[in-house]
Amino acid sequence: MLYIQCPWCGWRDETEFGYGGEAHIERPKDPDALSDAEWADYLFMRTNPRGLHRERWVHTAGCRRWFNAIRDTETYEFKAFYRMGEEPPGGEK
Amino acid sequence: MRKYSIFSLARNALSHHENWWQAWRSPEPKKRYDVVIIGGGGHGLCTAYYLAKEHGITNIAVLEKGWIGGGNTGRNTTIIRSNYLWTASAGIYEKGLKLWEDISREVNFNMMLSQRGVLNLGHNLQDMRTIERRVNANRLNGVDGVVLNPKQVKKMVPIIDISETNTRFPVLGASYQPRGGIARHDALAWGMARACDDLGIDVIQECEVTGIRREDNRIVGVDTTRGYIETDRVGAVTAGNSGVIASMVDMRLPIESHPLQALVSEPIKPVIDTVVMSGAVHVYISQSDKGELVIGAGIDKYNGYGQKGSLTVIEEQLAALVELYPIVSRLRLMRHWAGCVDTCPDASPLVTKTPIQGMYFNCGWGTGGWKATLGSGWCFAHTIANDEPHALNEAFSLQRFETGAVIDEHGAAGVAH
Repeated sequence: MLYIQCPWCGWRDETEFGYGGEAHIERPKDPDALSDAEWADYLFMRTNPRGLHRERWVHTAGCRRWFNAIRDTETYEFKAFYRMGEEPPGGEK
Repeated sequence: MRKYSIFSLARNALSHHENWWQAWRSPEPKKRYDVVIIGGGGHGLCTAYYLAKEHGITNIAVLEKGWIGGGNTGRNTTIIRSNYLWTASAGIYEKGLKLWEDISREVNFNMMLSQRGVLNLGHNLQDMRTIERRVNANRLNGVDGVVLNPKQVKKMVPIIDISETNTRFPVLGASYQPRGGIARHDALAWGMARACDDLGIDVIQECEVTGIRREDNRIVGVDTTRGYIETDRVGAVTAGNSGVIASMVDMRLPIESHPLQALVSEPIKPVIDTVVMSGAVHVYISQSDKGELVIGAGIDKYNGYGQKGSLTVIEEQLAALVELYPIVSRLRLMRHWAGCVDTCPDASPLVTKTPIQGMYFNCGWGTGGWKATLGSGWCFAHTIANDEPHALNEAFSLQRFETGAVIDEHGAAGVAH
């Protein structure tokens, strides 16, 4: 069971949260300009790293707000939690 | 290959089974292979086997970073079926099922295929509509199937609760594929490693690929923990680690790796002689020859390579299990484990060429790859040998995510993804 720190509510059990997958995937600013391959990359392709992963969580059974986290996908250990719109700790990767 | 038979069994019984010959060699890697298969799981071994058997390519290495039978092939819940909704899926899964029916005799290794049938339960009206549609689609595609009503389900599965008091997961009916069933997971790993070895293929364990070398967009070799190996064709069949391999050739895949958990109960007398799945409540159950109830669930929601999941998934699946089969409420659980599965957004696999000459991927089988190991290997071998997909796996290309021709089997096939 993961133990997750909601940036607003503090530490809670995993069961209170929903998972939103990879974070920082930006919706294309000019959708009409995209090729099919670029659309496919935006919609379907994922980094899926073995190691540190920046991902989205939502505190479904709590404040219902989204936030980001950095977690190691091998050990499942969380390295950081940060609010939407905030820079990821450790800077861009 | 030295054959297994009643006589070899009797002969070895005389020396207390301490002198059985080794089933496959552990060769040192050669300098060069015509084809390198990364991953010695079921899909990888079957690919190598059919490359040799159907296409005459025998200078092949199967590189396994761990040991044969130590990955997802040794961790699944052994269910075999082919009752998928879409025509493309029916083709490849049914090919797999047909190969299952003959493989034990073909490779002189008992895969313990038991075609005890598979039921997929419906718990509400929409489930039943989907089931009717899927069974009809199956039959049009030459896949066996019938729709059962609750009484028929109860007759086949006496331990199931179809009464009105089961209000949480009422059983309104099921689809039934008589030719579905289970097969022994280790047997496929060991039997196919032995069959590959017999055809001259090098099955190399404890050999991890650390890099893939390219020149002018062509594969020229792989770096491994046991040295550099030249080759111009690489088939990556690494399930949950496909993304890791893809990053070695600067590719991105539409795949995310998730933990998938399963467990077995203590052994009990025979109580269920078929396989029952419920996509809606994410639980499936069968009984092993040892008497253990083999129980599987859906994936954990988060990405994870750790081959472990969260207890909450187990709690949910067991709650559903007790509701459906009250008899299990006081059973102890014996073992619990997890694998690392490669899930695709449309719950269908990739058996595909890539933009890189000589680089092929067979992955994305998610939670449902076991049943397809033979069919997938057969199609992938054709793809590697001819540098062209077979008609059966043409639709399972990487391009489908660009063209939009995805094969959405989520829910459609009663898949417990």
